[in-house]
Amino acid sequence: MRDVYIIGAGTTKFGELWDSSLRELASEAGLKALMDAGIYAEDIDALYGANTSGGQFVDQEQVAALIADYSGISELNIPSIRIEAGSASGGAALLQAFLAVKSGQYETVAVGGVEKMTDVPSEVANEIIGGSLDAEWETFFGATEASLAAMVAKRHEYDTGVKREDYAQFPVIAHKHGSMNETSHFRNVIKIEDVLKAPFVSEPLTVFDTAPISDGASALIISADKKKIKNAEHPLRIKSSTAANDFLSLHDRKSIDRFGAVRKSTKSALELAGLEVGKVDVFEIHDSYSIAGLIQMEEILGKEAIRMTRDGEFYYNSSHPVNVSGGLKAHGNPLGASGVYQAVEAVLQLRGNAGTRQVKNAENIMIHNMGGLGTTSVTSIIGVD
Amino acid sequence: MSEVPRFWRESRHRYRMVGTKCKKCNTLFFPPRVLCPTCRRDSIGNMVEEELSGKGEVYSYTVVHDGLEQFKMQVPYVMAMIRMKEGPLVTGQIVDAEPSEIQIGTKVRAALRKVRTEGKEGIIQYGYKFVLE
Repeated sequence: MRDVYIIGAGTTKFGELWDSSLRELASEAGLKALMDAGIYAEDIDALYGANTSGGQFVDQEQVAALIADYSGISELNIPSIRIEAGSASGGAALLQAFLAVKSGQYETVAVGGVEKMTDVPSEVANEIIGGSLDAEWETFFGATEASLAAMVAKRHEYDTGVKREDYAQFPVIAHKHGSMNETSHFRNVIKIEDVLKAPFVSEPLTVFDTAPISDGASALIISADKKKIKNAEHPLRIKSSTAANDFLSLHDRKSIDRFGAVRKSTKSALELAGLEVGKVDVFEIHDSYSIAGLIQMEEILGKEAIRMTRDGEFYYNSSHPVNVSGGLKAHGNPLGASGVYQAVEAVLQLRGNAGTRQVKNAENIMIHNMGGLGTTSVTSIIGVD
Repeated sequence: MSEVPRFWRESRHRYRMVGTKCKKCNTLFFPPRVLCPTCRRDSIGNMVEEELSGKGEVYSYTVVHDGLEQFKMQVPYVMAMIRMKEGPLVTGQIVDAEPSEIQIGTKVRAALRKVRTEGKEGIIQYGYKFVLE
């Protein structure tokens, strides 16, 4: 099978972007990626658009057609398909694009992820985010996604002896890294006390344990065309991309604080890439909630992850850098865009263009995008060579 | 606003906790399922309805401060996952109790309560909530 490369990457700033509409965000990111790849719209064979809830946030479905239209490529009749997998939509679009190019049907494709979340009040946004849960047997009875994450946290403490202060480290790490990223939603540094003393969202989780409501878009150009790869300034190989799923509802799983799909997709991504986990230099994971961040790292690295959290080994200048972008918590979480931005961050890091948060000598980066709390899990490994 | 059948078709499950049992492996499911996720196609024609006792104990819980629009008047409210006596884990509220009375392992039972209303003219939706045993 032929090799598939990321030859271009682009992103908007993430945050509360009052001046920008969904279509403006998407085309800004797309054009940046295209320019970065040094190619033209005519060179694109297909577009995969990731968007979680455009229909509810801005009354817009068929979002991929809109992205293509406002990126000026409609006259070319390029196939443009929206991919939705809850908050894993971005990772899922990358996976579909990777498979399409790998298969040989397409040579060069664009992946764009976008979400415009702040055009509705935050209570409405929370309802829409809850749309990824089981509407009849979770949300109906009053469950929010944060309340489910809180119950995961409480049970995890009970089962494993993990402490509240352990998973509260994840937002602290995220804000430290996010402060060094100019496209971050938040650029302030926080302390563990800030996390613990903030207002509760759902006990024991506070507002600092949860990723924000953000606007933003990110895009990639993916290709197997030898000439385009050669012409690209710094092509990076997608060594693997794969996904796994679990029961939609937490209450149907054997254990609510184990993410079996995460274990499976991260493991098979390593196998497909022919790598041991020790060869991964950076992990970009889906820290929609602090506790979800810790459990993902436990699924990837084993119980050792708890000690590593305590010992500060997840910082950009330590042994196992996690969420060097700022993660969803600090860089922002515009649902459909978040998984695509993870790949943009991998590109910046592997090119050595990550500024003050640069991880030294990084060669392989694992990006993990998740829908719900471990329902959909998409993992890709991006590396040099 | 939703049409009546959306809620009406679930009423025996939400009012009396009627689940489904797979006769192949004898596992009881709640919420009800059309297929058994273990026996899969072998469970076709082998799923029968069975009512739960409504009794169980707290598996995990939380106090919700930032609730859904529909539940705004109730915050802070307690959401929990209850391990039912018959095995299934069920997500629902615990009511008529202080958070300090609740911990993992606390015994509860299901009670029929009003869960949601869709505005002034919409349907009043009932279902189970849990109370201390």
